[in-house]
Amino acid sequence: MPADQLSRVFAALADPTRRDMVARLAVRDATVGELAEPYQVTVQAVSKHLKVLEDAGLVSRGRDAQRRPVHLEAEVFDLMTKWIERYQRQAEERYQRLDALLQEMPDEDPTTGERQ
Amino acid sequence: MTRKAEVVSDPDVPLVRITREFDAPPAKVFRAHTDPDLFAQWVGPSKHAMKIDYFDCRPGGSYRYVLGSDGNEYGFRGCFHDVRPNELIVQTFSFEGMPDGVALEKLHFEDLGNGRTRLVSTSLVDSFEGRDGFVASGVEEGVQEGYRKLDELLAR
Repeated sequence: MPADQLSRVFAALADPTRRDMVARLAVRDATVGELAEPYQVTVQAVSKHLKVLEDAGLVSRGRDAQRRPVHLEAEVFDLMTKWIERYQRQAEERYQRLDALLQEMPDEDPTTGERQ
Repeated sequence: MTRKAEVVSDPDVPLVRITREFDAPPAKVFRAHTDPDLFAQWVGPSKHAMKIDYFDCRPGGSYRYVLGSDGNEYGFRGCFHDVRPNELIVQTFSFEGMPDGVALEKLHFEDLGNGRTRLVSTSLVDSFEGRDGFVASGVEEGVQEGYRKLDELLAR
């Protein structure tokens, strides 16, 4: 189900270590060993985090059998940025409709006769 | 003047804040939110049919409305927790397609004087993941398109 895949992306990014890994991968590709360096965790733990990011489609592994560098799939982020922009645009469009309605509405509330 | 709607995702709590100013006094902006006939005229995109199932805007009341387009119908519902005339509406909001994602919404109507109003609406959910999902999909339009694109991306 598509909703599950969307959830996977957000779940993958809910973890601070994974967010940090993604931030570093945004600068350049890195091997698992390089990614593990700054953390007080095992390479296995980093591999686990990578698996979550990979399942969410956020990163991919290079074909180079020796290094298998981790690569960030930036398009997923473009998609998320677009969603936020769309949310803003839709809010603005909704409020422009409200602007138009407010112009048409009488100043008096027809139900109470009170001036507004 | 905040002529354009400002959307801010809070970094500390899973909350989205939308701020917008209107050239109308608070009572009028408030009425456009509480009168179902008026509400129906602006909340949904014009090309979508908007159907109000029920709308009882008072403390303890509830609402449900359906936006339809291209044969797809999207239901939204919630409860009005508190309704303070021309000042504040506190309500829950959920998209029936994601029933576990319930948002607590507060709409503050601030009187700016000279017949102007600043509307600050906040949506609070129970996880950052839920908040980001809400921003991504809490809009009826484009969500299918977004999912389709994500599908294509994830399928590669």
